[in-house]
Amino acid sequence: MREIEAKTITGAVKKLCIDANYYLNDEVLEAFRSYKEKEESPVAVDILSQLEENARISQEGQFPLCQDTGFAVFFVELGSEVTIKGGTLPDAINEGVRQGYSEGYLRKSIVSDPLERKNTGDNTPAIIHLEIVPGDKLKITILPKGGGSENMSEVRMLKPADGAKGVIDFVLERVSKAGPNPCPPIVVGVGIGGTFETAAFVAKKALLRPLKSKNPKPHLAAIEEELLEKINQMGIGPQGFGGRCTALAVLVEAFPCHIASLPAAVNIECHSHRHKEVVL
Amino acid sequence: MAEAKLTTPLTDKDVESLNIGDKVLITGSILVGRDSAHKRLIDLLDAGKPLPVDLKGQLIYYAGPSPARPGNPVGSAGPTTSGRMDPYAPRLLALGLKGMIGKGSRSAEVIEACKKHKAVYLAAVGGAAALIAKSVKNAEVVAYPELGPEALRLMEVEDFPAVVINDTRGNDLYVEGRAKYQK
Repeated sequence: MREIEAKTITGAVKKLCIDANYYLNDEVLEAFRSYKEKEESPVAVDILSQLEENARISQEGQFPLCQDTGFAVFFVELGSEVTIKGGTLPDAINEGVRQGYSEGYLRKSIVSDPLERKNTGDNTPAIIHLEIVPGDKLKITILPKGGGSENMSEVRMLKPADGAKGVIDFVLERVSKAGPNPCPPIVVGVGIGGTFETAAFVAKKALLRPLKSKNPKPHLAAIEEELLEKINQMGIGPQGFGGRCTALAVLVEAFPCHIASLPAAVNIECHSHRHKEVVL
Repeated sequence: MAEAKLTTPLTDKDVESLNIGDKVLITGSILVGRDSAHKRLIDLLDAGKPLPVDLKGQLIYYAGPSPARPGNPVGSAGPTTSGRMDPYAPRLLALGLKGMIGKGSRSAEVIEACKKHKAVYLAAVGGAAALIAKSVKNAEVVAYPELGPEALRLMEVEDFPAVVINDTRGNDLYVEGRAKYQK
């Protein structure tokens, strides 16, 4: 067995929280550049330029890209040959969040009870999705999720007879209703299948795929392509001011499901599309 | 689409001159408050008590800035989704609030209240929070410090950039802008 110190995990998580919030990923900057060339609306081009400028100011001045530095969501792949020494994995991650959000001047956006709504003061607890995988490595991915885009997400239990068309119609309806609210240009994660909660998980995990990637299954890649084209014909545009660039990517993932079911989930992500990973 | 400079406090004439799609640069003091601060203001009104701030001629910015690094007045300071403040906004507009700054669509009731009380709804660029913070010269908590990022603040801004979404005549840039580019 390979031993990893809990404090090593805490240090790595602290850095992930800060880096994800300060540094816009290259794939997003590349997508902005490519959409600026295609965009028909001068206002939309101006907005995309402002987002590029914002990324530059964040990086140089060490400011978060957005004041909503999100719910700290983690996808963790723990090798079955790894043991953690000096603490538990959830405690180590939460301590990293506590330190990262404090030392990185990130906003604390979590309330301890959804109805009483008192701020926990340190952005914990984190949301941790843990998967045990073969090997002796520990891979931690952070996806800080802002409230504005998360609020525009939805799970729907479709009927198997609704098929691909039912899924496509559902996603288009959700994105259309979301309009300017989730800070377009958005990234759309779609989860099809599984159970009620698995569909939502699959949709969120789909957001971690590279923006330019295609689902290896042709029938799912075809849905991604059709959805991206139709969403970018809606006219919503950057910030909803009107334009061609409404979504940077649509990422669809599927999971086996019950003979009676066709769950579908849409997880919308804002243009900052923050995520970073580390392998220990 | 025109460009206009606005200096707070605002008059009816200031806001009536604005049209949807206009770019505005705001200078002066603006209030900053979001969900919890709004709830507290409305609770005070319900109880017949005075508000901690005068709303006449004011603009309120729906935002909860990130903590300031030493030497800066504020951290990143972009807008939050305005729709969550829809249930509260008409009562504040009736008290003389001249405008709101946020992002995302407003309800029919808010758009109607803008017509009735001569007020505007402006959008700042969501997610351009580090860029927007450059126009903030000072920020202080004026009420509810215990709410942390949701405290009610007063910010001094200089050429704070925003776009007119709903004017005093019931027009909506989100509807018209989208219709123009819809295929």
